[in-house]
Amino acid sequence: MYAWIWRHLPGTAPARAATAVALAMIIAGLLWYLVFPWVEPKVQFDRGVIDHHTSTPASPRP
Amino acid sequence: MRALIRGVGELCITAGIVLLFFVTYELWGTGRYTQDQQDQLSRQLAQDWDRPKVTTEKVKLGSGMALLRIPRFGDRFRYVVVEGVDLGDLRKGPGHYPGTAMPGEKGNFVVSGHRTTYSAPFNRVDELRDGDRILVDTREGQFVYKVTDQKIVSPREVSVTAAVPFHPKRAADKRLITLTTCHPKFSAAKRLIIFGELAQRLPRAKPGTPAGGA
Repeated sequence: MYAWIWRHLPGTAPARAATAVALAMIIAGLLWYLVFPWVEPKVQFDRGVIDHHTSTPASPRP
Repeated sequence: MRALIRGVGELCITAGIVLLFFVTYELWGTGRYTQDQQDQLSRQLAQDWDRPKVTTEKVKLGSGMALLRIPRFGDRFRYVVVEGVDLGDLRKGPGHYPGTAMPGEKGNFVVSGHRTTYSAPFNRVDELRDGDRILVDTREGQFVYKVTDQKIVSPREVSVTAAVPFHPKRAADKRLITLTTCHPKFSAAKRLIIFGELAQRLPRAKPGTPAGGA
């Protein structure tokens, strides 16, 4: 896969390397700012709330 | 065939790198968001406290309602507690369970917070010992709670949020605080609960500019 991408990048070796780095950074940015914030609420490994949806807390506000 | 195997291998390595990157995001990336929100909330809280009190005032969901400090975790540990415990509320900072007592009131002031992500306000609450102070500042003043107990319960143990924890039917008689967070770290299998009781009432501190600890 990576070899195939490398072969299809235009230009000389340094130009290809620069393009490859730029591509990697764009993908990293997309993951960080779009994909991860979207996935994060679906992966619940840090939910500290007592499950209050099944029943309500018993303390009425005075 | 060889190209196929290599392709699968490359995909696996890529998936591993993306996964590690995601863990990095969870543990550090999410904290930046919380810091920004905390900065805004603490400015908002300072403004609100400077304005004269409106008697019909009701705290809106997602807005700051108190300032939480725990001296054992150092001077930089200060978080604005938001009203509400939905996903969006807890991303901004520790959240107060709507419907439970307000700070200093008779009953149970229940606050939930993240343990490992979103700036991890309650990361070290397991280190709290009986007698440790939990300071809660509101417009009315500073409420000094002292830790009385610590328990690990199931995520469905709603009775810890009752006015008298574990006795949902009993009427409020003491002024209590309860902190809830997940346990063990990096998991949501159990809940770690810290109990405390009001010990003292002092004039309040300034909300200040620094957000929650690093």
